[in-house]
Amino acid sequence: MSSKKSAHEMLEDENFKSLARQKNTISWVLTIFELVLYFGFIALIAYNKPFLAQKLTEGKATTVGIPIAVGTIFFSWVFTGIYIWWANNKYDRMVKEVKDRIGG
Amino acid sequence: MPQTTIGQVHPTSILFFVFFVLVTLGITYWAAKRTRTTKEFYAAGRSITGFQNGLALAGDYMSAASFLGIAGLVSTKGYDGLIYSVGWLVGWPIIAFLISEPLRNLGKYTFSDVVAYRLHQRPIRAAAAAGSLVTVLFYLIAQMVGAGTLVKLMFGLPYEAALVAVGALMIAYVLFGGMLATTWVQIIKAVLLLGGATILVFLTLNRVGFSYGDLFGQAEKMYTNKFLEPGGLVTSPLEAFSLGLALMFGTAGLPHILMRFYTVPDAKEARKSVFYATGFIGYFYILTVTIGFGAAVMVGQKVIMGIDKGGNMAGPLLAEALGGTIFLGFLAAVAFATILAVVAGLTLAGASALSHDLYVGVIRKGVANEKEEVRVAKIATVCLGIAAILLGILFKGQNVAFMVGLAFAVACSANFPALLLSIIWKKFTTAGAVASIFTGLILAVSLIILSPTVWVDVIHGAEKKAVETQVKDLETQSKAKIEGLEKQKVAGRPAVEIDAAIAAEKAQLEAAKKDANSRMPKAIFPMKNPAVISMGLAFVMGILVSLLKPDKAAEAKFEDEKIRTYIGVGAE
Repeated sequence: MSSKKSAHEMLEDENFKSLARQKNTISWVLTIFELVLYFGFIALIAYNKPFLAQKLTEGKATTVGIPIAVGTIFFSWVFTGIYIWWANNKYDRMVKEVKDRIGG
Repeated sequence: MPQTTIGQVHPTSILFFVFFVLVTLGITYWAAKRTRTTKEFYAAGRSITGFQNGLALAGDYMSAASFLGIAGLVSTKGYDGLIYSVGWLVGWPIIAFLISEPLRNLGKYTFSDVVAYRLHQRPIRAAAAAGSLVTVLFYLIAQMVGAGTLVKLMFGLPYEAALVAVGALMIAYVLFGGMLATTWVQIIKAVLLLGGATILVFLTLNRVGFSYGDLFGQAEKMYTNKFLEPGGLVTSPLEAFSLGLALMFGTAGLPHILMRFYTVPDAKEARKSVFYATGFIGYFYILTVTIGFGAAVMVGQKVIMGIDKGGNMAGPLLAEALGGTIFLGFLAAVAFATILAVVAGLTLAGASALSHDLYVGVIRKGVANEKEEVRVAKIATVCLGIAAILLGILFKGQNVAFMVGLAFAVACSANFPALLLSIIWKKFTTAGAVASIFTGLILAVSLIILSPTVWVDVIHGAEKKAVETQVKDLETQSKAKIEGLEKQKVAGRPAVEIDAAIAAEKAQLEAAKKDANSRMPKAIFPMKNPAVISMGLAFVMGILVSLLKPDKAAEAKFEDEKIRTYIGVGAE
């Protein structure tokens, strides 16, 4: 392709820069969320077992720990979903724009 | 004790199993015509959709060990089993956020394609292949030993015969059908496993009026509220943190999982497949945990542990109790199919490390034609299959539970740091990558060998048992003596004198116990899971070595890599 720019020129392109920046932000923020979610759960088990052992409602068997554990599984999936939703809707469009503009 | 037919050969399970084998062999026959090039053999011609790959990823990840093992752990340990199951899921979001798209955009068939993208091919290929092969082999041994034991337990088939059957079928799938057949075996198995587990959970919840509260209420009544609280699984925070790291980042370093991302056409499908996989796997663990609680309540721990101490038969026993022998037969066949699918995926990953990375990348210095590479991959498949059978027989009756842990430790220490750094860090060099991989690999393997799990329980298992028996004997003897003294009290001997004698006896027992315990074998490395050290140092070494000796050529190529990482220009 004759209109194709060099790698260096592409990296300097504002659209590319913004795309890479947004992708990194989303990826790392969500990674940190996931780490906090899981290691927060582990920290509760390590340091505050009585909290997890509390009954959810007085007189019933279910402990606070059960929805927290299931919630950790559920929110891991939700975080993944947020990322996929963002990437499918926003990221792919930005990629297309960059490709169209500077020739990929 | 209620009747169980586990351990007998069920006509229904044979029927289901034969049907599964026929269907999968049919698929293999169909796939064989589409398995001629390397792209077809390793990556199913990149023809798999995101949804299909999501199911196949779930199929690769949901082993019989996790299905039977986690249900068993929950049924015997309650809440602790639930904690464990959470850890198996949390690596998947990490794959979505950091790994799946760059992996797909930069590589061709194996994750070492990505690590080697702008570095020197031969050293990287050799190191990455070593990391892959060690991970795959340990995982494979654990699966094979589990397969033999499980089939023996469920069908009464001899251990060796079971291994040969599993080995022969997996070789057939991979050898003739390559990735395409392996993917469809995974998909079918995932559907069967998710379907079977869903039915079992439906039957379980049906018994308690679809109320989890009632299920937990009954569990609490039978096993006290301790059953619904965190117990002894997590003792030291550092140990828990280390295990968490291994599970989380190990998942993102498993070669057979990473390889699956090359079966889809582009990064978009790769990313979607992680979302589906995470959903399926999360759902599966919630089902498995429910099955564990159901088995504890409706079958009972006594019966479960009477058949298998580890509780592995909790799921099948519950299936029999609620759905009769036909459902048990179905589930037994599903468990067998599960093993088959997982070992097929592992064998393919191992074969591609041998052929694509070692043979083509190292021995032939990257020059080999399609035909030759496929031929080598097929030879590697047969060799690995036979090795898996022989290793399974070699480790018969051994405690291999640590091997899955070891596979995850190696994956997170040797494979993950080098993969991540090569994607995100411009200054990463060949020497840095090699240092990182070998640091992680050697530390993970040696620290686990020196840890309590292997050094004490496996290598010095006999000594440990001897000391435990001795302590028990001492306790029984001393108890008898004290009881004798108590009787003298009734007979009229002065109480003061007897109390003194009892105290002396107790002191003597403590001394004798202390003496015996001093002979208890001690682990050289105190932690059960070394990830915090082995993965940490793999990152440190990778970074330090790269900074000490910069590689300008590799840095210059990072621009190309970066563009391809983000927008997939030039991706295969």
